[in-house]
Amino acid sequence: MGQPVIEVREFIKRYGDHVAVDRISFNVHRGEIYGLLGPNGAGKTSTLESLEGLRRPDGGELRVAGVDPSRDIRRLRNLIGVQLQTSGLPDNITVEEAMRFFCAYHGVRPNEGLINRLGLREKRKTQYTDLSTGQKRRLALALALAHGPEVLFLDEPTAGLDVGTRVELHAIMQEQKARGATILLATHDMAEAEQIADRIGILLDGRLVTTGTPLEITATGAGLTKVSVRTEKDSLAREDVAFPAVQRMHRKDEYHIFFSTDIGPTVAAIIQDVNSRGDRLIDLRVERPSLEDRFLEITSGENTR
Amino acid sequence: MTAFLNHFAFEFRTGIRNRQLLFLNYMFPLLFYLMMGFIMIDINPLFLETVVPSMVVFAIMAALLMGIPAYVVTAREAGIFRSYYINGVPSGSILAVPSLTACIHLLIVSAIITGTAGPLFDAPYPVHWPNFLLVALAMLVAMIGISVLIGVISPSTNFQVMLSQIIFIPSMLVGGVMLPYDFLPTGAQMLARIFPPTHAMNAFNGLAMGKGADFSAWGSVAILFAGGILAFWLAIYLFNWDRQNQTRRGHPALAAIALLPWLASLLLA
Repeated sequence: MGQPVIEVREFIKRYGDHVAVDRISFNVHRGEIYGLLGPNGAGKTSTLESLEGLRRPDGGELRVAGVDPSRDIRRLRNLIGVQLQTSGLPDNITVEEAMRFFCAYHGVRPNEGLINRLGLREKRKTQYTDLSTGQKRRLALALALAHGPEVLFLDEPTAGLDVGTRVELHAIMQEQKARGATILLATHDMAEAEQIADRIGILLDGRLVTTGTPLEITATGAGLTKVSVRTEKDSLAREDVAFPAVQRMHRKDEYHIFFSTDIGPTVAAIIQDVNSRGDRLIDLRVERPSLEDRFLEITSGENTR
Repeated sequence: MTAFLNHFAFEFRTGIRNRQLLFLNYMFPLLFYLMMGFIMIDINPLFLETVVPSMVVFAIMAALLMGIPAYVVTAREAGIFRSYYINGVPSGSILAVPSLTACIHLLIVSAIITGTAGPLFDAPYPVHWPNFLLVALAMLVAMIGISVLIGVISPSTNFQVMLSQIIFIPSMLVGGVMLPYDFLPTGAQMLARIFPPTHAMNAFNGLAMGKGADFSAWGSVAILFAGGILAFWLAIYLFNWDRQNQTRRGHPALAAIALLPWLASLLLA
């Protein structure tokens, strides 16, 4: 593992009496994508904004590429690229002007290649207000990347985007990682985090309740495997249904979903039960718990580490 | 410097692209000037003598008081200043660039008013052009400083509109734009001195239009520059790129210091 580029130690952020972030600690290493997950109000944006130098911590220590964001914002500005949750651009600025404007303040030449790479070539003369949501997000990412920052802070970078644009943005994040950039990504999108983040931290009520690789986090839950079953005559729709090792069950659309601690006996019993009632299986799926399942488990307080 | 020029070029183009700014900088003052020229001169023939300076003062005051504070508040609320802050745009540039571009637009409008008032209404031209330009610049500096300061200290658009109107409405009533200063009762004259248009009209009359000043014309020029520069400095000092920013350098009430030059002008003889 490389050296830590983002260091968060016992970080506290308060707004009046409200403690938004309560003594969290984590590191992000060079060339790593770290996903910060959590429900609304968990403290993700406060953490990101403090690391970006926008907020002053009320306790603890923050370091970004060796710089204290609350003390040396001038040095920090050229080291980081930030894609804010809100647009942050004037309505009447064109794509080309925005690139020239921000690059000039970073002291670098406008990066026209990024405009083309992000599919904004045809929109170079278009005003910000006339861009679609996806184009605005792509422009925000282009501006964050234009000066080749060491560290990237991305706040909900793919929110509201179509599938094609999301895939494109994920590919760009992987390219940045490959060139050695460190990425801190705040997102609500579990699938996105599971797919592209090397490690994940889950924030809940301002506390970091778990951190690790997506696999580690999904493996540390209650260990329940999901079995989804659909039958021709819906014979599982009865009050007395019970199978070995099943902890809980519910119905979703035409599927009966069972959460099992021991998959073999559960599946065998389900098949036997269906056959014995003259019914026929249409679909049976066995899935390991996804990050989303684990996230819901954590946020509903079922199991935290 | 390249960054500043780039910023300036973009803001200048925005002043033309943005319909609201185009209306405030050009259409509104010019339409008001034409309306006043065609109607007010018939009602009050004395107005002919001051139509050029009073309409230049009106254009500068209206465009800046209605345009700049609203720009500052809405840009801050939209997160534009946060984005500028993160990308290293200095607060001085954030406030100075839109002010300078508005200055260019208003110098163009002032030139249109000054150049057309003669042919359209037989209005007298200034007798001392360099002084005319100097006083116009002094009025621009004063109103830019005040407008930017209003934008910086206002927490919302409603508050900004209220502060702007507190200056705009009395300025129109007692600032010498509609009624000459010497027509006002003594109490109203004292009140008038705390508003920039009074000093601009006094300086225009005494230094550029060949008429007598009601009190020290050079003193008025000095007050306009001093008041504008002090207000602008306070605006930079109190600048806040985000409403939630807790690192602001001073309480917005410090903006009251900007009143000092205008209060001092009561001493001008």
